[in-house]
Amino acid sequence: MIKITVNGKTQDLENATTITQLIALNNITQPDMVSVQLNEEFISQEDYESIELKNGDEVDFLYFMGGGQPV
Amino acid sequence: MNFTEDQIARYSRHILLRDVGVEGQEKISNAKVLIVGAGGLGAPVALYLAAAGVGTIGIIDGDVVDLSNLQRQIIHFTADVNKPKVISAKEKINQLNPDVNVIVYQTLFTSENALEIINDYDFIVDGTDNFPVKFLINDACVIAGKPFSHGGILRFDGQTLTYLPGTACYRCLFHSPPPPNAVPTCSQAGVLGAIAGMLGTIQAAETLKYLTGAGELLTNKLLSFNAKTMEFRTVKTKRSEKCPVCGSHPTITQLIDYEQAVCEIKKKN
Repeated sequence: MIKITVNGKTQDLENATTITQLIALNNITQPDMVSVQLNEEFISQEDYESIELKNGDEVDFLYFMGGGQPV
Repeated sequence: MNFTEDQIARYSRHILLRDVGVEGQEKISNAKVLIVGAGGLGAPVALYLAAAGVGTIGIIDGDVVDLSNLQRQIIHFTADVNKPKVISAKEKINQLNPDVNVIVYQTLFTSENALEIINDYDFIVDGTDNFPVKFLINDACVIAGKPFSHGGILRFDGQTLTYLPGTACYRCLFHSPPPPNAVPTCSQAGVLGAIAGMLGTIQAAETLKYLTGAGELLTNKLLSFNAKTMEFRTVKTKRSEKCPVCGSHPTITQLIDYEQAVCEIKKKN
């Protein structure tokens, strides 16, 4: 088992996990709508499938947020 | 610049601050700040920057005040319903601080006018509610080398970052706008009114920090908060070499008008 941090909170992973699988595990229903940072580096969508998480990795999901005023 | 006695009294709490002082207040008084959108975020930004004595405040917005705006857009009052927002905002700014020169643009912010307008300003504040204009502000500021504050709010959440040339831009974080209607706007999903004040005052504080050089800006960081838990979180970011606008090999060299969400187009018509 490995321990990673997702948006500042510890998460335990039972098996080898890719970014794609982590997105599913975190119930992100619209993966196109988040940006993913791994250890403070942005990850391209095409790499989600191939990157396997390691112990101590820090993942941040960043969400689109609108708000304010239509102009 | 020589302050009058009244101005020294008005700005005394800034002048008392070691990081601002007379010198910092002079910088504020000589500064020109553009606020894009006179809505939920633009309202507190405009009021605090006016109170602070920012010499010139530009406001661009093509909309009129609607009754549903008053729950959070605190620069507009009940009597202003149906009045152009830029006029309503200018009136309040003038009442709050006659020192401020207000320039209004009662129009949409588009790829046609963006660069020409921002060219006149030292700092730009994004107070818009839609992604096409958020990306437009980002690209225009990156291309023109202008610093800006990004802000977004939704439901109980807010997020903001500050851009200076060379730091991570909005597109480093978010490559391109979401498809229209994929992400709800406040007009679709709702927003707690006070969130606009929380986020807008952070943007106003960042603007004043930039102008005076005080403290550390929210550059290479994304600050987000959730008002239900009142948890604030800062994620460190980095400029992306692959960023399509500020990266090493930019593919975006001209401004783009992305399609608005369908509901917004309907509203405009």
